Amino acid sequence: MIPKTNLKPIIEIKGLNKSFGKNHVLDGFHLQLYEGENLVVMGKSGSGKSVMIKCLIGLEEFDSGTITIMNKNVSKINQEELDEIRTEVGFLFQGSALYDSMSVRENLEFPLRRHTKKFGKIEDTTPMVIEALRNVGLENSINLMPNELSGGMKRRIALARTLILQPKIILYDEPTTGLDPITSKEIILLMKSIQEKYKTSSIIITHDIDCARVIANRMILLIDGVNYAEGTFEELAASKDPKIEAFFK
Amino acid sequence: MINFKLPELVKPFFIEIGELAYFAGKFFKEVFKRPFEFKEFLRQCFYMGNRSLLLVGVTGFIIGLVFTLQSRPTLENFGAASWIPAMVSVSIIREIGPIITALICAGRIGSGIGAELGSMRVTEQIDAMEVSGTNPYKYLVVTRIMATTLMLPILVFFGDVIAIYGSFLVEYVKGDVSFVLYMNKVINILEFSDVIPSTIKSFFFGFAIGLVGCFKGYNCKKGTAGVGKAANAAVVYTSMLLFIIDFVAVFVTNIFYDL
Repeated sequence: MIPKTNLKPIIEIKGLNKSFGKNHVLDGFHLQLYEGENLVVMGKSGSGKSVMIKCLIGLEEFDSGTITIMNKNVSKINQEELDEIRTEVGFLFQGSALYDSMSVRENLEFPLRRHTKKFGKIEDTTPMVIEALRNVGLENSINLMPNELSGGMKRRIALARTLILQPKIILYDEPTTGLDPITSKEIILLMKSIQEKYKTSSIIITHDIDCARVIANRMILLIDGVNYAEGTFEELAASKDPKIEAFFK
Repeated sequence: MINFKLPELVKPFFIEIGELAYFAGKFFKEVFKRPFEFKEFLRQCFYMGNRSLLLVGVTGFIIGLVFTLQSRPTLENFGAASWIPAMVSVSIIREIGPIITALICAGRIGSGIGAELGSMRVTEQIDAMEVSGTNPYKYLVVTRIMATTLMLPILVFFGDVIAIYGSFLVEYVKGDVSFVLYMNKVINILEFSDVIPSTIKSFFFGFAIGLVGCFKGYNCKKGTAGVGKAANAAVVYTSMLLFIIDFVAVFVTNIFYDL
């Protein structure tokens, strides 16, 4: 477990509330992510995990609460500042979200060419694209189109696209959902190796217990929009609370 | 007691109009901002222009052909067959060419944009652009609206030329009129006041097709059913808007004629 003393969280969520009409999805949710940490947020479908992560990156507006990313309160910054933060926070979508009208190369070049502030004007993006693809073991797929890729390959390419911006934080929205057990395991190990290589911090939204076991430094159980329990995988696995036990059975 | 529910019924309509106006306002705000997505703009121009060319050409040709075939017997009865080129020319250039081409493009291009952006929204591709710190509105919407606005007048011109050629073929077969004579009659009757309003109108038609297609697709509700609805609504709303623009354009043009 990452020691928290003297560490300032790089992401901090306090009292997050979000409702869709009369449906209260998040009710005072709070979270801290520390540097180099892999934090797994686990919960049943519809418990508000994906809504929380979308609020975090500014894809969803929240009703009240504060979200601070790298000392910046996201609800008090302008679009330009938010875009700058977004270059430091990678997001891996559940369905990969590859741009299907672009080849793998174009998918990876797309964010790179638009961030001249961070990278300067890059004349030749090929070395960076190949490096990102090598990290996920798919350097030979550079000229393929998304419809020519399997589900697991799509997930890896999406991860490469996230990595190419060299983010400090990566948010994973159910990274193993919809994949077979072998491919899931490959993706989990890939996430772990990336975290070790680039020293990124991660929030992983999942209900895959194997994923949590391998990758989590710390876990939060999100039930009915509130932090129900928090601790290491071992601590939560040893709990006798029936609601917590249900996840580990 | 009469329960007056009209405001509730029309509320969504006015909300939609407001949202569309905001969406259009954002276009004018973003269009002059750097970076300019020239490559994507040219790609969209190619797709929209090149891929609609055959459809617009075939439709224009048939309209010219049918229009002349239908009106010829009546005009012959009045001994006015020699006025066919002039009549076809003015009707095609002023009204039939722009509105028919725009309606075809609303079906062909507007629904395409609605479906494409709708599926991008549903599969989180637009969200992916946003979280990577790029501006999806600028890349997807501005380029498409610019492309439709620019390509529609070109397609209208192309459709007009083909329609007039279709009309000539009927006259050539039935009236034994030479190509040079026919074209002389077509061009001589035309004035700037015929060509300029219809060209300006075509730019507005193109803008409306791009705007509504993008608006419906970009704001598509989640789910595959939403994509179908977005494509369908893009065509229906655009077609309605085209007739409104056409009416306003004719109204304004007539004011200038009166002056």
